[in-house]
Amino acid sequence: MTEDVVQLLSPDGERHDHPDYPLDCDHERLRALYRDIALTRRLDVESTALQRTGELGLWCPVLGQEGAQVGAGHAMRATDFGFTSYREVGIFQVRDVDPVDLLHLYRGVTHASWDPHQVGLGIFTIVIGSHALHAVGYAMGIQRDGADEAVLACFGDGATSTGDVHEAMVFAAAFAAPVVFFVQNNQWAISVPVARQSRAPLATRAAGYGIPAVQIDGNDVLASLAVTRAALDRAREGGGPTFIEAVTYRRGPHTTSDDPTRYRDQAEVEHWVALDPLDRLVRHMEIVGAWDAGFAASIDAEADALGERLRDAIRGMSDPDPMTMFDHVYAEPHAQVEADRQALADHLASDVAGAVETR
Amino acid sequence: MTSMTMVQALNAGLRRALEDDPKVLLMGEDIGPLGGVFRVTDGLQKDFGEDRVIDTPLAESGIVGTAVGLAMRGYRPVLEIQFDGFVYPAFDQIVTMVAKHHYRSGGITRMPIVIRIPYGGGIGAVEHHSESPEAYFAHTPGLRVLTPADAGQAYVTIQQAIASDDPVIYFEPKRRYWDRAEVDDVAPISGSPWSSRLVRAGDDVTLVAYGPMVRTCLEAAEAAAEDGVSCSVIDLRSLSPLDLGPVVDDVRRTGRCVVVHEAPVVLGLGAEVASVVTEQCFFHLEAPVRRVGGAYIPYPPNRFERHYLPDVDRVLEAIDEVTAT
Repeated sequence: MTEDVVQLLSPDGERHDHPDYPLDCDHERLRALYRDIALTRRLDVESTALQRTGELGLWCPVLGQEGAQVGAGHAMRATDFGFTSYREVGIFQVRDVDPVDLLHLYRGVTHASWDPHQVGLGIFTIVIGSHALHAVGYAMGIQRDGADEAVLACFGDGATSTGDVHEAMVFAAAFAAPVVFFVQNNQWAISVPVARQSRAPLATRAAGYGIPAVQIDGNDVLASLAVTRAALDRAREGGGPTFIEAVTYRRGPHTTSDDPTRYRDQAEVEHWVALDPLDRLVRHMEIVGAWDAGFAASIDAEADALGERLRDAIRGMSDPDPMTMFDHVYAEPHAQVEADRQALADHLASDVAGAVETR
Repeated sequence: MTSMTMVQALNAGLRRALEDDPKVLLMGEDIGPLGGVFRVTDGLQKDFGEDRVIDTPLAESGIVGTAVGLAMRGYRPVLEIQFDGFVYPAFDQIVTMVAKHHYRSGGITRMPIVIRIPYGGGIGAVEHHSESPEAYFAHTPGLRVLTPADAGQAYVTIQQAIASDDPVIYFEPKRRYWDRAEVDDVAPISGSPWSSRLVRAGDDVTLVAYGPMVRTCLEAAEAAAEDGVSCSVIDLRSLSPLDLGPVVDDVRRTGRCVVVHEAPVVLGLGAEVASVVTEQCFFHLEAPVRRVGGAYIPYPPNRFERHYLPDVDRVLEAIDEVTAT
């Protein structure tokens, strides 16, 4: 990280002011930030455990990136809209996505986990970078509606190599769309380091599109909150897009199917453990008197309850009715889908169905 | 009734859609002051403004991807892909996002997007300007695919495509853009576009076509009639869903079927038609179903195209074959 990286909270919990990003963060806000990071972290641990016991097909850990995400989530107004990848669990937490709904996707019973209009987040797509364009299009819709709203588009360092992210930046700049590109540079796209995606710092790319960029300490929840809030304000006021590069680190594997020991050293991970976003927030809260044992215990209890609720909901959950897989392919009835639906119904009603166990 | 070319009919249909629904937007390359390279959007930006008739950056994935976001916001984007061969940069957004979004969202988010694509050959164009990629899209669940055969169909079905709550790939047969027809531009739009239509009734052979080949088949039927062979011509019109009921009914009567399209025969739409006809008309068939279409080569340089594209002679040859038995 360079000296230009915006940091409001140092790893030892000391607060710095930044002339461009003033932030008035009361104890209530600090506690809310702590709660969201802590619950995200618990969801991460519980989900990994559910995957390891065969209850989920996959999980995408978020350990290390919660500060960047929760800060950005807190920067959004209720009326703002977000587009994320699968890893923005901290933002799902801030936007009150029910974690049980989220896990239904990894359980394999649904492709999406929430009503976008209810939580203000588009359903995520696993194809990298595609949603950056959706975010810009949604922002163009906001412009046409004359609404006082903005869009947060979250993606990672790997996505910055895709054509769709490039085109999203082109369109956003051309139309001065009210969108903030929030890039978590977590250093690794599965096994490929960020140096393979870009020889220059990611934030410097934005200048080529005429989009202002800011690099922030992505493990500093306050920097993420302040800088993202300023960028969203600017977008709502007609100032156009901003590019934020949150420099952070994915301490866990890419997914539960990954083995990071094959491509990176543990020493590198240890370096980032010392920069943990939750630890530094706790230190800061202790310094300013926002921390007490009662509060910590109440969040622990809430996290325990969350874990229990997840386990109860997911373990042994029954498979969906097979006939429902034909639902919603089209908004209006489509003859081919209806014919195929009938064919499965006929098969299931026949003597042949289930006669031989399929391996 | 007004005499219009297909270009004028599409322009009138788009104009009416823009007038009827403030959520309808047009997006594409060069569709503003230029009116599109074929002038289909001529004058629309002047009348509806730059916010509704949007000249986009030159990026097809960007056009389709931003349309997804606009649809999520409640808009009904109508996109112009300048030529058939330019749609592939947007293929991922179309197949992965547009086609699947309603399904993935559990029916919550609709994708009322129309993607207009001038397609097919016969105009002596340079490469990437004459392709027939309809099978890719008809093969993709979640998309609907329409193609008009004449100006009258174009005027009606472009409006029906825009009114659909599902995404529609709308293939415009560019070699028929300048064909003129009487268009009823006063009557309210009625009927369903998701059906095939009998455009000529006959007794001996059922010719099945869509888009640019409907006219070719009508001309072939006319020529065959002079030789005493009576052909039905069915315009599929909708390639997804495929409405093959009328085809099956007709073939059960005629016992013979020829399917014609510009796209390569191998694994083309004709293979599906032939397969269904064979399954459902097996005991009525007097001859195997015959397919007429492009060779399995990339679209050739245009000095070859009269040998590549199906024409009346090749359709007549197929008619001769199926009536020989």
